[in-house]
Amino acid sequence: MILEARGVTVRYRRAVRPALDRVSCTVAPSRLVAVVGPNGSGKTTLVRALSGLVPVDGGEVLVEGRPVRRWARAELARVLGVVSQREETAFPLRVEETVLLGRYARLGPLAAPTEVDRAAVSAALERCDVGWLADRTVDSLSGGEWQRVRLARALAQEPRALVLDEPTASLDVRHEMELLELVRRLVDAGLAGLVITHQLNLAARFADRIVLLDRGRVAADGVPAEVLTRDTLSRVFQWPVAVTTWCDGSPQVVPLRTGEAPG
Amino acid sequence: MRGLHWAALLFSVVACLAVGLAAGTVALSPAEVWGGLRHGAGGAGAIVRELRAPRVLLAFLVGGSLGVSGAALQAMIRNPLAEPYLLGLSGGAGLGAVTAIATRLAGPWAVPLAAFAGALSAVALVYRLSVVAGRRLDPRVLLLSGVVVGSFAGALMSAIMVLSDAAATRNAFLWLLGGFGSSSWRSLGVFAAYAVLPLSVIALHARSLDLVALGEEPASHLGANVERTRRLIYLSTALLTAASVATCGIIGFVGLVVPHAVRSLARPVHRTLLPGVFLVGGCFLVLSDVVSRTVVRPLELPVGVVTALVGVPLFAVLLRRSVA
Repeated sequence: MILEARGVTVRYRRAVRPALDRVSCTVAPSRLVAVVGPNGSGKTTLVRALSGLVPVDGGEVLVEGRPVRRWARAELARVLGVVSQREETAFPLRVEETVLLGRYARLGPLAAPTEVDRAAVSAALERCDVGWLADRTVDSLSGGEWQRVRLARALAQEPRALVLDEPTASLDVRHEMELLELVRRLVDAGLAGLVITHQLNLAARFADRIVLLDRGRVAADGVPAEVLTRDTLSRVFQWPVAVTTWCDGSPQVVPLRTGEAPG
Repeated sequence: MRGLHWAALLFSVVACLAVGLAAGTVALSPAEVWGGLRHGAGGAGAIVRELRAPRVLLAFLVGGSLGVSGAALQAMIRNPLAEPYLLGLSGGAGLGAVTAIATRLAGPWAVPLAAFAGALSAVALVYRLSVVAGRRLDPRVLLLSGVVVGSFAGALMSAIMVLSDAAATRNAFLWLLGGFGSSSWRSLGVFAAYAVLPLSVIALHARSLDLVALGEEPASHLGANVERTRRLIYLSTALLTAASVATCGIIGFVGLVVPHAVRSLARPVHRTLLPGVFLVGGCFLVLSDVVSRTVVRPLELPVGVVTALVGVPLFAVLLRRSVA
């Protein structure tokens, strides 16, 4: 197990209820876990807890079996790649330099990047199909290109686990599918993956397991067909839905219009 | 930045230093400067070796240090408007130094320490003010707090000078005007001694600065220890600012103008940006000093006036860009 949350509780100051309430989930190699849930259900807090950015008030986060707070940041960055939800650049670098930032956790303060680092950067650039952008500055990229560059930077870390917080939020259908197909290939090649998303139907088709959060608690956890059921989703999202099945067997969710009868 | 850039930069450094040695109340020819440097004989020799060489080198080091401080602070608060003067560090350092001078507590080695204490208090106060505003990381709030703290320090400096006896007031006032008129090999040595450590700390954190400039979360995910970097960078820039202010008074805008100039040529990572900023900052302040001592010969303008004349218009341009 690479990433594991055991009954994690996170309470922000002055908050009425905890942001995470005894949440458990695990991420194993070659497995893709999707975390879904309404706005404010604790998805991003889970990412922050898993990557050691918020102190937990109860339970424990383990990375390769060791509590996350015992990892030095640079050490953690060599195992865990995280693409956070938003990132605004203040001083735009070139794409290649941006991806090289992923190697910093492996470089001494004065050491120049080695052949190994260069190779990891080009491999990451190619994998995310942004090699042709290498000399552009990142402020000239489209939303889809920028997301792929950030993913490339995380891959340049050569992590064992990848955590993505709403990676496709601003992408059109093609770029969204390309990114998820890429993530799926990386996971099939051995990475442990955790993706936060609002796209229930894509989660159903790409993920091995889905964790459904509701107001900081795990409302359901299992294979997509177990989690994405009409009753559970209608209750958690407080909106009536119907669930059908796509030809590959994955459940597909259709939110109902007001007054529409479930089919 | 490529090899050609560096060659051009090094050439400019030599040219600026040469101009700094030649220009002044008594203008010297290149031959006289060269002769004075080599043999040190005669009037030209004394002027070059005892007056101008330490002055030019000090201006160069101070300019480089202020430029590097600006670049580092800009990465910290992720905004090109950050700079020791605008963030109130210079004001705090000035208050510390004036207090030390007016109370005659301090010799040349201790004034920088008093200034350091002042600069650190200013950082703490600016930080505290922006926390009270509830927007710890909003650069606009930080800059506003910086300007307020700077004015407050200025008001206290005036009060201290008015309340001190005449001789102390005169000393503090002359110092406050700023400039390199009283530079000596000793003041150069004092400044260099205080600047080596913070400059090295900042240089060793060049990669962390690249990461911190991305924002707290991405920086942490990429392996930066953001809190530690922040503490060390604030300490280092406070010490650099304090040493500069103690040596030559308050000189603003170097940390604003110079990183902007270097970034407009290339958009480098800090490993390249910082040395570039150091060299360009050195040249900028040497030339500003040349202007300050030649435009109204035989009088000298405070060098801070010259840097402000360049800096304020640029501030307006950057402000417009960053708010738009």
